[in-house]
Amino acid sequence: MLFYILRRVISAISVVIVTVVCSFLLFFAAPHDPAGVICGPKCTPERLKDITNSLNLDQPVVEQIGLYFKGIVVGRDYTAGGVTRHCDAPCLGYSYILGVPVTDLLARAVPVTLSIVIGGATIYLVFGVLIGTIAARVRGTTLDKATVGTSLVIGSVPYFIVALVIALYATFLPKSQYVSFFDNPIQWAGGLLAAWLCLGLTNSAQYTRYSRASMIEALGQDFARTARSKGISERRVVYRHGLRAAMTPVITIFGVDVAYQLVNTIFTERIFQLPGLGTRIINAFNQYDLPVLMGGVIVGATVLVVMNLVVDILYTVLDPRVRLG
Amino acid sequence: MTAATNTKSGVKRVEGAPLLELDNVKMHFRTKGDGLLARKNKWVQAVDGVSLTVQPGETLGLVGESGCGKSTTARLITRLLEPTAGSIKYQGVDIAHMSERKLRPYRREIQLIFQDPYSSLNPRHTVGAIVGTALRTHGMVPKNGELKRVQELLEVVGLNPEHFNRYPHEFSGGQRQRIGIARALAARPKIIVADEPVSALDVSIQAQVMNLLENLRKELGIAFVFIAHDLGVVRHFCDRVAVMYLGRMVEEGPRDALYEKPQHPYTQALLSAVPDIAVVRGVPPKHRIRLVGDVPSPVDPPSGCRFRTRCWKAQDICATQDPPLEEKPGGATVAACHFAEPPVESIVAEVV
Amino acid sequence: MSDTDPTTSVPQGGNMTDQSVRAPQTVTRIPRAHAEGEEAYLEVNDLHVQFPTADGKVQAVQGLSYSLPLRRTLAIVGESGSGKSVSSMAILGLHDRKSTWISGSIKVGGKEVVGMSEKDLMSYRGADAAMIFQDPQSSLHPFFTIGDQIMESYRAHHNVSKRVAKARAIDMLGRVGIPNPSRRVNQFPHEFSGGMRQRAMIAMALVNDPKLLIADEPTTALDVTVQAQILDLISDLQRDFGSAVVFITHDLGVVAEIADDILVMYGGNAVEHGPVDKILGAPLHPYSWGLLESIPAVSGTPGPLHPIPGSPPSLLAMPSGCAFHPRCEFRDRVGGDLCRTLKPELISRTADQGRTSRCHLKEPDRVFETEVLPRLP
Repeated sequence: MLFYILRRVISAISVVIVTVVCSFLLFFAAPHDPAGVICGPKCTPERLKDITNSLNLDQPVVEQIGLYFKGIVVGRDYTAGGVTRHCDAPCLGYSYILGVPVTDLLARAVPVTLSIVIGGATIYLVFGVLIGTIAARVRGTTLDKATVGTSLVIGSVPYFIVALVIALYATFLPKSQYVSFFDNPIQWAGGLLAAWLCLGLTNSAQYTRYSRASMIEALGQDFARTARSKGISERRVVYRHGLRAAMTPVITIFGVDVAYQLVNTIFTERIFQLPGLGTRIINAFNQYDLPVLMGGVIVGATVLVVMNLVVDILYTVLDPRVRLG
Repeated sequence: MTAATNTKSGVKRVEGAPLLELDNVKMHFRTKGDGLLARKNKWVQAVDGVSLTVQPGETLGLVGESGCGKSTTARLITRLLEPTAGSIKYQGVDIAHMSERKLRPYRREIQLIFQDPYSSLNPRHTVGAIVGTALRTHGMVPKNGELKRVQELLEVVGLNPEHFNRYPHEFSGGQRQRIGIARALAARPKIIVADEPVSALDVSIQAQVMNLLENLRKELGIAFVFIAHDLGVVRHFCDRVAVMYLGRMVEEGPRDALYEKPQHPYTQALLSAVPDIAVVRGVPPKHRIRLVGDVPSPVDPPSGCRFRTRCWKAQDICATQDPPLEEKPGGATVAACHFAEPPVESIVAEVV
Repeated sequence: MSDTDPTTSVPQGGNMTDQSVRAPQTVTRIPRAHAEGEEAYLEVNDLHVQFPTADGKVQAVQGLSYSLPLRRTLAIVGESGSGKSVSSMAILGLHDRKSTWISGSIKVGGKEVVGMSEKDLMSYRGADAAMIFQDPQSSLHPFFTIGDQIMESYRAHHNVSKRVAKARAIDMLGRVGIPNPSRRVNQFPHEFSGGMRQRAMIAMALVNDPKLLIADEPTTALDVTVQAQILDLISDLQRDFGSAVVFITHDLGVVAEIADDILVMYGGNAVEHGPVDKILGAPLHPYSWGLLESIPAVSGTPGPLHPIPGSPPSLLAMPSGCAFHPRCEFRDRVGGDLCRTLKPELISRTADQGRTSRCHLKEPDRVFETEVLPRLP
């Protein structure tokens, strides 16, 4: 087990490294002038020189990558406007446009995105699975058909429309804002409630259908018949024997899905005006802020890889047949 | 090697060589082992040194329990797998490592029938298309003669020739197996490897398909390698029978000798374990041999004789020396056992 | 992964000193005691089972009646679609209760199962009657330990602590011949071999000491040497527990080994019923004859098989009259087109009142004697 996790961590790190190298080449070895791009519209020749020196853009690309990684591990210095600042490890670069280290910028954005996604995902997982399981239990009845129909309708409405409707009409909800959980948990939850509902509502439809299908399959398996033949209650057959087996495929989807949400909360963040990762990256994109984009790529790749690892480990907890090795 | 002569089909042959000859064939599959970075590979010894010979028109039965390597052997003979070691000679020519391109004419002559008639037929193709494809692949008939030949083949396997435009799901299990047989026959093979061809079928249908195979064998002179776990089925169909255990052949011999005077303890235990309807109408054997425990893992098989962990005759020598498959004095079969001998009393029921 | 029985010494290497060749472990066939005139524990009376399918309504069982006393094994034999499994699932009320339509009566130990409430079914299932299934791999829940699953069965009917239930589970695993039960109890099904899994299933079924055990093709998925072990085990346990066993199988060899009585089913009907030695020795129904002639046996003289022509009927389109008549070679012997028009009764057709068959043919015992028997291998 330990070996397995270690091996997976090593492979996860190498995936991230490969992603970083690839995007680095894409951004910095492209046939344009990266220094000019980073410098931005208010560029001065001095600042251009600072950038070229700080990022070693006059060096071969391989060396630039090496220095970039060195920055992540031990930190590095950046010169801007004649002042040299140290960027502490893990240093993901320095935004000349915003005048702040990329790490600081993202460190402020990540908790926002994390809060949105964790809250939303909890809502849609719990509701989706619960409703799906109930629908599977009463399969074929009007209630089941109504559930499936509703979930299809909700699932076919574009996500941003749901978000807009909530933003425009659900005015009884607390004002959308971000307050750190550690400062004030109640305000934290209140400020994010609208975003959570939006994510939860749209996605729970999909999870209702996953869980229902998965549950129907599980309840048709031989072990469910065995469970019934023992004389235990139907409720126990469904929630102990069926649910346990039905959860495995749902968790797989959930893991990948959460990773995807973390990287793609742009709509939610924009509509509810929350300063999360998505907002940051979109801004950086509009401003050609390459260092921030690079940072975003690293964070995104890490999130995806970590979630995959978490799902695989969860799998072994759920399914004892999956032996790690 | 003697010079092989070319025939017009592209299949070479060495004069006087048997139709099929496997010599010390091994198939080891790799599985992932433990370890941090450099994981040591484990090898599943699915088939470990099997030698057998099939003459033209002969039927050889392969029996054994699950995991004994009989299905892997089938896939080796039909070269769906490339063996790890050993030679597979067809008419004296080694096809063990032959390239896919060179193998093509041989694929025509060595056909395979599968166990599951439900999953081995493409549900979206008509029966005519399924059998016709086999004809076309091997260039058996000119285009305009295809339908006629398909209908001929359907008739040979006992299906209505007018049903060529139906789909597999419109047929019953036994009929689907007949379609699989027609497809195999389309190539006019010299040898058919049948992997559990009747075990998915109901008893009454099973007998129909067995009779069909029997007739084809007699009329067309096709040789068979017949793989089954049902010892009764094998007894009815085969001239010679080979018993496999954990990737090795433990006993081989003419049908009657093997069933009446088996020498290897495993063969005896296997025969003794078969529930026999004749116990009602005949004289049942007084004692039945019961093996204890399960078949060991083929990843880490026992040293020496592989059967020794479940064998009541096992001695020190069995752990250290691997018994070769050899003739024993007074025995009519060849057996791989240090203590091979025919049973004292009858193992199966004696019908009166 | 393979455990060997600790009670049998197995040579494991070069440390053996005993050089004499030993005898194999054998079992001796014990002739079955015929429990005559005992009171029936299981009584099935005029059972009909119907359920809808995509292609129409299926009459899977059409008026099945039989009874079975304690300490006796009844084998129900038939091909796929004969209704043998469906009728047995109904004994435990395991059919889909929403869509399946059942009529008739199933009495187990005096309790009427047809129409039983969900609550009563819960206390009945597992306690009075238990079931083991064909594929022990898929019939055990892959995510729970063997011990958990046996304990759940026990605690469903006994108000005991987990500790007591676990001790009972270990005891049961030992009784079904699983070596090292106190360690095995904490393992998952995938850590067991096929034979061991079926032993565990049997332990689970018998944990509440039910008086009726239904075994639905319990050895079909197993290798022949393991099948022999499981058949021995079921026979031994039946003696110890004194239960009635309904054994569903398609293998007449297995029937000959394990059963006292046999019920042959064809197209949702019982076509022949009686003691095993009589019915397998000299059956009275042409379908039973066909089965005997279709089996390639390991003993006797191997000769050509005489299969029954055609295929089993579709339950959606049952032939009129006798369901077997389209495949029957003797139908022309019966006058007046009777086979096609009139379904024969399941009644005694010879002097022997202990056996019944469903066929219009006159003097079936003589026909078998003179025409069918000489063809058998």
